Amino acid sequence: MSLFIIVALPFLGALLPGLMYTAGRAACAGVTFTVSLAAFLGLLTNLPSVLAGEVLTARIIWMPELGLNLTLMLDGLGFFFALLILGIGLLIIAYARHYLSRDDHMGEFFTYLLLFQGAMVGIVLSDNILLLLIFWELTSLSSFLLIGFWKHLPEGRQGARMALTVTGMGGLAMVGGMLILGQIAGSYDLSVILQNRELIQESPLYLPALILILLGCFTKSAQFPFHFWLPHAMAAPTPVSAYLHSATMVKAGIFLMARMWPVLAGTPEWFVIVTTAGLITMVLAAVIALFKHDLKALLAFSTVSHLGLITMLLGTGTPFGAMAAIFHILNHATFKAALFMSAGIIDHEAHTRDIRRLGGLRKLMPITFVIATLAALSMAGIPFLNGFLSKEMMLEEATHTTLFGIPNLVPILATVGSLFSAAYCFRLIGHVFLGPVRDDYPAKPHDPPTGLWLPPALLIVPVIVIGVAPFVAEPFVKLITASVLGEAGEVPKAYFKIWHGLVPALFMSMAAVVGGLLVLLLFKPLLAAWDNTPRPEAKVIFEGLIESAAGVARWVILGLHNGAFSRYALIGVATIIVAGGYAWTTGTIAPPTRELQAVGPVHVATGLMLVTAVAGLVLMHRNRLLSLILIGIVGLMVSIGFVLLSAPDLAMTQFTVEVVTIILLLLALNFLPKRTPVESTLLRRVRDGGVAIVGGLAAFAMAYHYMLRDAVVAPISEFHLANSYKGGGGTNVVNVILVDFRGFDTYGEIIVLGIAALLIYALTETLLDGPVRARLLNRKLDQARAGDVHPMMMVVLTRVLLPVVLLVGFYIFLRGHNEPGGGFISGLVVSIGVVMQYMASGFAWTSARLRYPYHGVIGAGVLIAGLTGIGSWFVSKPFLTSDFTYVRIPPFNEFELATAALFDLGVFLAVVGAVMLSLESFSRLARRAHYDESEHPMDIDPSRDAAANEAGGAA
Amino acid sequence: MELLVACVIGVMTAGGIYLLLRLRTFPVILGISLLTYAVNVFLFTSGRLVVGAPPVLRDGMDAYADPLPQALVLTAIVISFGMTAVVVMIGLGAFLGSDDDHVDDGPHDHDSTPVEDQP
Repeated sequence: MSLFIIVALPFLGALLPGLMYTAGRAACAGVTFTVSLAAFLGLLTNLPSVLAGEVLTARIIWMPELGLNLTLMLDGLGFFFALLILGIGLLIIAYARHYLSRDDHMGEFFTYLLLFQGAMVGIVLSDNILLLLIFWELTSLSSFLLIGFWKHLPEGRQGARMALTVTGMGGLAMVGGMLILGQIAGSYDLSVILQNRELIQESPLYLPALILILLGCFTKSAQFPFHFWLPHAMAAPTPVSAYLHSATMVKAGIFLMARMWPVLAGTPEWFVIVTTAGLITMVLAAVIALFKHDLKALLAFSTVSHLGLITMLLGTGTPFGAMAAIFHILNHATFKAALFMSAGIIDHEAHTRDIRRLGGLRKLMPITFVIATLAALSMAGIPFLNGFLSKEMMLEEATHTTLFGIPNLVPILATVGSLFSAAYCFRLIGHVFLGPVRDDYPAKPHDPPTGLWLPPALLIVPVIVIGVAPFVAEPFVKLITASVLGEAGEVPKAYFKIWHGLVPALFMSMAAVVGGLLVLLLFKPLLAAWDNTPRPEAKVIFEGLIESAAGVARWVILGLHNGAFSRYALIGVATIIVAGGYAWTTGTIAPPTRELQAVGPVHVATGLMLVTAVAGLVLMHRNRLLSLILIGIVGLMVSIGFVLLSAPDLAMTQFTVEVVTIILLLLALNFLPKRTPVESTLLRRVRDGGVAIVGGLAAFAMAYHYMLRDAVVAPISEFHLANSYKGGGGTNVVNVILVDFRGFDTYGEIIVLGIAALLIYALTETLLDGPVRARLLNRKLDQARAGDVHPMMMVVLTRVLLPVVLLVGFYIFLRGHNEPGGGFISGLVVSIGVVMQYMASGFAWTSARLRYPYHGVIGAGVLIAGLTGIGSWFVSKPFLTSDFTYVRIPPFNEFELATAALFDLGVFLAVVGAVMLSLESFSRLARRAHYDESEHPMDIDPSRDAAANEAGGAA
Repeated sequence: MELLVACVIGVMTAGGIYLLLRLRTFPVILGISLLTYAVNVFLFTSGRLVVGAPPVLRDGMDAYADPLPQALVLTAIVISFGMTAVVVMIGLGAFLGSDDDHVDDGPHDHDSTPVEDQP
């Protein structure tokens, strides 16, 4: 089966359990099992080629320039891990089906489990390290969901968060390490990186890359000093612990160390870091495990200890060490998964995992007893079980390893680790299963249904088979070792056998077992001593670190972001000025290439008025109505400036936008206070003024320097000028750019405009539905009202003007392609014409005569523009390709028809709709606040008064 | 001419920044509008200043003002109207909802202590 399908199956399958949940628990587990089984069988179809030593690859080239390719690779190592992940996954799924209670959402659980499984398979099959990183992070995320699956338990949430924090931070470090590695090797493909051992190890960046990658591996595989998260992750449901902490998640770091072994291992740095971390972890965790009373905590620390063992073996950098590591990964996965499942069974049946409350289960749960005892003895390193073989190999390797130049340091520590390891295994057997039957269990323990004990029982089969007949596993382990070593080493010749003769490892092993028994006999005094020894509590330290990090973050955020807008504005402006000033002083400024142009009196007058208006605005901004007039003058002067500087389109746009903006602000001012009170201190105003002056000077200097220099490269507008008529069929280049060259931009912009208008509409609706409505209804007018709100002169004038305005708008629209004008401007002009009706004749009168809602107008505009663009697909051209032709319909002169005009029509409609919807929304607020609303166009109408008089007289 | 336009940009920027730093919504909105003018004019000047040669093709003329900044500024003007309208609406909504048009929330208005897991 294709590697892509093997990786994709769990991800695709993750959709199913959630869907099947309603079909029942059996169906839900069944579909999960089937998906995993399909991936498992698919993997097995590749077994022959893996056994033949081939490396299967599958690749989709995506962005080769960036080294981003979807490439997968299956060799012995990848196959081994995928087999563990999928195989043990199958057993876990079967186990979880019976383990989860009716209150647990099984669909959710299996969805997370499959996501996790897919991510793990992805890690072990990735050929691209960037792809690997993505899967790596995915395992952190999905394991977070799994560990915290029991959301109602605070331990579950805290454990999940701790696991995510530690592994996530490690993952970030690894991203850096992997990127460095890719830079050194010149490729992100593992197959290429693995070929470049010398290049990488000689690089000065080798050490940083190594440390960063090892941080990722150590956090994931819970190596000292990052070992503390794993025991806390035991708050997860037992199937999760069994899966994550025996075969998968924590093995990911080990996998990566093995995968990178050919290029990273063998240097003194690697040896010292990895071996030391492994040794410390192994001994420390074994000691802690002995004194844990929670069965799962004991197993958790024993897992940490065994991971340390494997890490130490990989750290030695010898082929024999790597082979022992691989062998132990296999053995550990089998006996540890079986032990976790047994712990789950005990928890499930006896309702406690506390070793102090257990004992004597031998008689009550004979099947579980057999399974757990065999697994534990294997872990303790008892002959004829698989754990013995790999432990023996580890001790053998330890006798050949010298760390820090101290002889016997490694062998002694390895023996001590094994001793405690044996001791906690014996304690597990002795204190849980042996001893007298008690009568105070929280529940009556008995053997579980087949569904629960069969999966661990199946795992015991390889424990015994490999233990009795090690040669069965030998070819397989050697095959994997060969793929780990690559070209960096020869697979050792050593045979896997139980009896090696009277070698040192045998004596160390015997010492460990006997010592373990002795420790168990002395357990009570040792426990008392342990309890009286002060120890640093990892969780407290971790939480202290998190709290202080959160404190710093809070300090920074509240310092910058305390809810005071004026503060952010000041920080923002000051930052921009400082950054600009830095760039200005450190950069080089070319000499000017343009001459200053002459200034005419009109220019000076315009500039003076503008400056005066701005000065007035700043000085008199407290009078809000006046400031509106002044900003209107500023806008007007800007548009005159555009006229003077050869930008007629801009001038028209600025002018019309100015009108609608002022109307809008007037509508808003209707509700706001009419004056701004003096609140800020003089000092503050001086400070703000200083910042403003510096900012203004900076803008001045930049603009001035900019205008005196020509563009560094020829502007692309030369293309626009040359092709506007030939290609776009219009002589107004600005308009042709808008509707043709950069039509897609414009399309986006009218959509933004439409969204802004809809947002305003939605805000208004919300306000009118909420408490604001009552406030508006009870609002007291703060100013005297005009007696004649809708003066007759204005009503008459605006109504006469309306057709004229529409005509002008239409004219501006039509000529837009060749002369200044176009959809934007005509849309604004027409809007002004309609707004005048609202102002003169009142809201009720006007909206009663409105046929099309403005939302619809916006939508129609966007739709027309979009359809015009799509139209070009029908003639096999890209989106928004325009076309034009010249037609002649008598009696008119020849004229041009362009598809761009249709697009411009869309722009026109969208602008009209957006402007009108915004203004209308504001006036709806106003309407709500006014008591009486006349249906009549004019407040004073002599004929109506006469009619009323007549009616009154008749009555 | 360049000096004049640069002065205008500087003055509008300064005025805009000063008003932006005020404490009430209305002057802040006016400040943003002033800054918008300044930015639009600045963007426009990236085509350099040209007098008497609008980018409308005419026979016999071969030099025109740069049309591209003009097209970009044109849409910027229209969009800035939309954004001003949204900001005004938000400011108005805030005022109508609370009878207060200050832009600053006091630092004690929000208790920012995160909710901790309680075991």
